[in-house]
Amino acid sequence: MTVSHSGSRFVNIGERTNVTGSARFKKLIMAGDYPAAVEVARQQVENGAQVIDVNMDEGLLDAVEAMTTYLKLLAAEPDIARVPVMVDSSKWEVIEAGLKCVSGKPIVNSISMKEGEAQFLQQARLCMDYGAAVVVMAFDETGQADTRERKIEICTRAYKLLTGIGFPPEDIIFDPNVFAVATGIEEHDRYGLDFIEAVVEIRKACPHVHFSGGLSNLSFSFRGNETVRRAMHSVFLYHAIPAGLDMAIVNAGQLDVYDQIDPALREACEDVIMMRRPGVGEDGKTSTERLIELAESYKGKDKAEEKAAEEWRGWDVTKRLEHALVKGIDAYVVEDTEEARAAVAARGGRPIEVIEGPLMGGMNVVGDLFGSGKMFLPQVVKSARVMKKAVAHLIPFIEAEKDAGTKAKGRIIMATVKGDVHDIGKNIVGVVLQCNGYEVIDLGVMVPWTKILEAAQEHEADIIGLSGLITPSLDEMVTVAEEMQRAGMTIPLMIGGATTSKVHTALRIDPAYEGPVIHVLDASRAVGVASQLLSDTQAEGFKSSVALEYAKVREAREGKGQSDLLPLAEARANAFPTDFSQKPPAPVEPGLHVFDDWDLRELVETFDWTPFFRAWELAGNYPAILTDDVVGESASSLFADAQAMLARIIDEKWLTARGVCAFWPAARHGDDVVVSTGSLDPQVIYDAVELGIAEGPDFIRLPFLRQQFKKSRGRANFCLSDFIDAKGDWLGGFAVAIHGIEPHLERFKAAHDDYSDILLKALADRFAEAFAERLHSHVRTTLWGYAPDEQFTNEALIREEYRGIRPAPGYPACPDHSLKPILFDLLKAQDNAGIVLTESQAMLPTAAVSGFYFAHPESQYFGVARIGRDQLEDYAARRDVDLQTAERWLRPNLD
Amino acid sequence: MSARETFLAEAAKRILITDGAFGTEIQNWKLSEADYAGDLGLTHEQKGNNDILALTKPEVPEAIHRAYFEAGADIAETNTFSANRISQADYGAEHLVREINMESARLARRLADEFQAKDGRPRFVAGAIGPTNKTLSLSPDVNDPGYREIDWDTLVDVYKEQAAALVEGGADFILIETVFDTLNAKAGIMAVRHLEKDLGREVPIMLSMTLTDLSGRNLSGHTVEAFWHAVRHARPITIGLNCSFGATQLRPHVKTLSEIADTLIMIYPNAGLPNELGAYDEMPDTTAGFVGEWAVAGQVNVLGGCCGSTPAHIAAIARKVAGMAPRPIPNLSPVTRLAGLEPFTMAA
Repeated sequence: MTVSHSGSRFVNIGERTNVTGSARFKKLIMAGDYPAAVEVARQQVENGAQVIDVNMDEGLLDAVEAMTTYLKLLAAEPDIARVPVMVDSSKWEVIEAGLKCVSGKPIVNSISMKEGEAQFLQQARLCMDYGAAVVVMAFDETGQADTRERKIEICTRAYKLLTGIGFPPEDIIFDPNVFAVATGIEEHDRYGLDFIEAVVEIRKACPHVHFSGGLSNLSFSFRGNETVRRAMHSVFLYHAIPAGLDMAIVNAGQLDVYDQIDPALREACEDVIMMRRPGVGEDGKTSTERLIELAESYKGKDKAEEKAAEEWRGWDVTKRLEHALVKGIDAYVVEDTEEARAAVAARGGRPIEVIEGPLMGGMNVVGDLFGSGKMFLPQVVKSARVMKKAVAHLIPFIEAEKDAGTKAKGRIIMATVKGDVHDIGKNIVGVVLQCNGYEVIDLGVMVPWTKILEAAQEHEADIIGLSGLITPSLDEMVTVAEEMQRAGMTIPLMIGGATTSKVHTALRIDPAYEGPVIHVLDASRAVGVASQLLSDTQAEGFKSSVALEYAKVREAREGKGQSDLLPLAEARANAFPTDFSQKPPAPVEPGLHVFDDWDLRELVETFDWTPFFRAWELAGNYPAILTDDVVGESASSLFADAQAMLARIIDEKWLTARGVCAFWPAARHGDDVVVSTGSLDPQVIYDAVELGIAEGPDFIRLPFLRQQFKKSRGRANFCLSDFIDAKGDWLGGFAVAIHGIEPHLERFKAAHDDYSDILLKALADRFAEAFAERLHSHVRTTLWGYAPDEQFTNEALIREEYRGIRPAPGYPACPDHSLKPILFDLLKAQDNAGIVLTESQAMLPTAAVSGFYFAHPESQYFGVARIGRDQLEDYAARRDVDLQTAERWLRPNLD
Repeated sequence: MSARETFLAEAAKRILITDGAFGTEIQNWKLSEADYAGDLGLTHEQKGNNDILALTKPEVPEAIHRAYFEAGADIAETNTFSANRISQADYGAEHLVREINMESARLARRLADEFQAKDGRPRFVAGAIGPTNKTLSLSPDVNDPGYREIDWDTLVDVYKEQAAALVEGGADFILIETVFDTLNAKAGIMAVRHLEKDLGREVPIMLSMTLTDLSGRNLSGHTVEAFWHAVRHARPITIGLNCSFGATQLRPHVKTLSEIADTLIMIYPNAGLPNELGAYDEMPDTTAGFVGEWAVAGQVNVLGGCCGSTPAHIAAIARKVAGMAPRPIPNLSPVTRLAGLEPFTMAA
């Protein structure tokens, strides 16, 4: 959460890693999905958490096991482990187990005198011995402190006891208990104020201590009325922080900005929490009764929204434009823009003023909301669509006036580099930058460096932004940087895209170009980076801090001994010992199978929606994401738009799913797999390989790479060829693609509709993935038929619970993209599925998937990771290419 | 007076001197396997097991301690860096851990008392505890970041066994040194706490971190300041840095630590960086010149040497800082000092 309060030093505690507070985190832990659970912690730190609260108190969990497993995993993530941990449990054994895994100095949450002084002091001594600060609950042998006096009494007693055994007072954090107010019971009316007053008193009596509190209790009687609850929490913090509250465990989604609370509601909350109008007022009601009455009007938010929907059309045009931009409503934008233009013209103004005035004003609101985490990407892209439509309406008027155009904050050239065709991410970044007042010149996909440099010079660009998804694009980005250097350019270069990273940018791209080079992690960072790069005051500081950071990355990289590599021969000796007595049977229908038009409706049923949301930078798994506290609303609305578009894609037959698959007799030969396109008898190929005559057009050699990093505890050094029997076996291959997207994209472009453009591309990707999944299942049950009876739910399919794998060239098990042309020749993929390859081996159409089928039950996915020079040389010889070429292909795996 | 009080009283008067390297000194004796193994009847090769010399060739560590005291040292660090159950298991000598530590401490104690009797100047014995070769914070398996080769309770027991024998043999302090993993050090502190409960008296702790990169972090990733926050609960009699690099590279980190730690600062760096052949060739006066700068700046209370340093280095350092004022211990405001890999301070 992020709570800021001017002038305070409020500590921001990440509370999403708490199974009692986050349904999503609980689900991940219960499912044992620790990698995803670690990401939750990372997001919190990235969002500014200064301490991470970890709680595993769930009846069905082994809390000791969960706590220690999770804390050890966090320790392995320097980005997360840099902040202190709050070890949170109601069970001492869980806390102590946690303390044995946390280095640094953590906070224990919590201990109390509930079970008496002896146990309290024993636990406090242990906290001292482990080196931990501690949250002390205001709880004693007789119960929890409710009133102001009890809170003061218990806390001062605890303070005396603790300091008496030498506990450092600054390491004590009191939680004097926040209780529910406005319950209708008179004794509860003072609970909020009692807490605040007790904090003031305890602070006086107990020097150096801190205060914490859990807020959700406060508003307990308004369960189901989130508007009122949020307002109460915010009002409470507004008063408690100046009184001395240092930290609170609360979800940011449960807070409002104090100034933005409806004044009537805010007043009513303050009356209740601060006891400003005790007793029965002139209206015959208590403060509680007034708040309850008022709360009714905030119930049924939908009704209120409908009312608001009619209302806004009556506002003045500037407000209407802002509303349309913030809400992403494009229905009236042309008519409203025209009204604004006519009004400006009537007073002798110029059409450009509509852009510079109300439109940019509205987009600034959007930018601020996005920047502060109050709006999410799909909403912003919708806003941009509205903006583009408005600007499109104004352009003829502006051109008629021969105006030079609006003065943008900066001009940015964006391009997906040569050889790469992926542009969803680049388009999102472009939209976000435009929303924030930058002029973006988008050169599209597969853009050679010559064109990028020309465009930058012609348009006098302020920044160049490069994007790419596949690994060969990393090299191409280095080339662009080198050419920028050669051309003597000095403008900043921004790097983004799925395979790019800070480390690669620092190690490879930054040294190639003397101008600033900045890796941009995701779209939400782009504006911050661009604005700092182009700021008069911050640019130099920012550039040098990034340069220093990258230099450190390089230094750390040099200093760090990389994991040891085994000599290739040793790695081969440690190959995976596949049990070939379980080898798959010969395919039921060997040879090549072509599918010209797979039923789209069937594919929709097997969609894996989670990556779809990820493409929009919405974090979370489908379907839970639709009800997520933070992004649920945004995700649901995006999902509804996706469903509407899917209906049209199917009904109006926008897209066509084409694919091909085939099975060939195969035999392992060293780390190669040799397949035969002539005979269908595996014995023939075994004999040919044995005799050394497996040459010529009928025998195709597929060289695979082997893991070389040192394995521990009996793990093998995997290579895909391990799963194929040298004595004759079978291998499959496939390629699928989604065709027909272009006319629709052109239509959206003409309508300035980036939102639909990105939506359609993201859906086409889902179709391609679903097609690959569906075809694989068809192969297992029917065409190859080695698992004729398998029955899996869609969720199980997504988890890849079936037998066999389908690794793709360019992915971790088979990282060399240059195997793709060999696979495509085998499949005649261009003729059979209409797929072509770019010079960097990216597939066109973009929504496409290809790969090999391995059917052995022990076959599994793995990452080849770093390989040694010896394997590089060996591979070059096996592929019959010079060392330089092999080096270029395998660069991502070399160092 | 307790050892803590005597030590603090001496440290208030002058900059104290601790000793230098043992490993490189032992090499000069060109000992054979038979010298190391003695008649203990061990099955493993013992050559390189420097700590076992306390039992098989005690004249070697005795001569080295003597040389350092003659060079001007106030503190002898026992020759027990690897005398713990985990490291000794590599030599098949884990059953001798108690004996090695007792004998090493007795030897150092005897020499310390002998020199103290000569000139009346107090001498101290620091029982040295190395980090072991296992780590509580890191996984040795890149594919399994949650895996640990050892757990907290085991390591606490390992450290406690060693610390108890050192104290029994006559060590004044327990020196937890070359801390590459902060959590290991915390387990060491816990072990001493357990020992104190058994003995019913305080066993003062000295702590010394080692940096693995120039930005100033140890292997578990803690910055100098985060390390201090993580171990301050030990109320160590000294905190400091050892090994790491040479004195020039340690300079910024010594300054940082001296500003934030409200206890004595002890620094014993390597004699420069090793040359291409892995040998240390920084001359004694050069080393003394570097560490002398910290003394001039009022940043240190105890100085000595680590890898590559010799009695000549210690003598040069002792001459350099003789008569210089020790660093005054700063008074810190009582604010909450937390830490992950980086420090986090909550304002009062």
